[in-house]
Amino acid sequence: MDVRYINPFIESTVHVLQTMSSITARVGKPYLKRDEVARGDVSGIIGLAGDVKGSISVSFSEACILNIVSSMFKEKMTELNDEVKDAAGELSNMISGQARQKLELIGRNLQAAIPIVIMGRNHSISHITKDKIIAIPFMTDGGDFTIEVSFEE
Amino acid sequence: MDFNIAILVVDDFESMRRIIKGTLKAIGFSNFIEAEDGAIAMKKLEKEKVDLIISDWIMPNMDGLEFLKAVKGSEKFKKIPFIMVTAEGQKGNVLDAINAGVNNYIVKPFTSETLYVKLQKVLG
Repeated sequence: MDVRYINPFIESTVHVLQTMSSITARVGKPYLKRDEVARGDVSGIIGLAGDVKGSISVSFSEACILNIVSSMFKEKMTELNDEVKDAAGELSNMISGQARQKLELIGRNLQAAIPIVIMGRNHSISHITKDKIIAIPFMTDGGDFTIEVSFEE
Repeated sequence: MDFNIAILVVDDFESMRRIIKGTLKAIGFSNFIEAEDGAIAMKKLEKEKVDLIISDWIMPNMDGLEFLKAVKGSEKFKKIPFIMVTAEGQKGNVLDAINAGVNNYIVKPFTSETLYVKLQKVLG
């Protein structure tokens, strides 16, 4: 996979969280993910098509997404419900949108599908490719989350 | 700016409608109509008086661009200011919206200041 596809998602993730929730996300070390098990409890998954085909996911721990959505809504959220699920989808959507703007600058035009959101412990995330999934862990003061990026070449 | 205007907020994500309404409330607006997609929004337009439309782009049934074209192609509704608030920030998207008659365009994520400035431009 072209590594130039990874940075736009990292930068966009940090920007979206800062703008929407004033939460600072610290980037961990990317790694090759070899299984389908989600690293979080709530995952937004988006298929991408266009100049290249791919998919991304944003998988939040329960504590992390509750903290983010509480900040977005300016109201304390205490449980994983439909509102939190919906917000996780919209956050994934914004990250995808920002990243696609950045990818356009390197000559890759992509369209995104409507996000799918899955909740529950140890759920699976199926990407467009099985073998090249780059996972990037992020840390916030309220909990951790992981984005996964996978593109066909 | 007239803070009593009726604002139609169209987004398939309830969370985003909530955030947009929350931002508008903080600015001083209080009269909102909501719709989950363009098709529902068209029905609301037929039934209720709307002074401003704030719409997402990517939605099921009727997306924001189709909705924009329907509004701007209608003698009855074409004068209603239309702001697109979307994650679709690529040049082609912005141009398509401009060609369809959008009055302003905001790329998500946005700050309340951005929304306020764009509202001022559209509402005067």
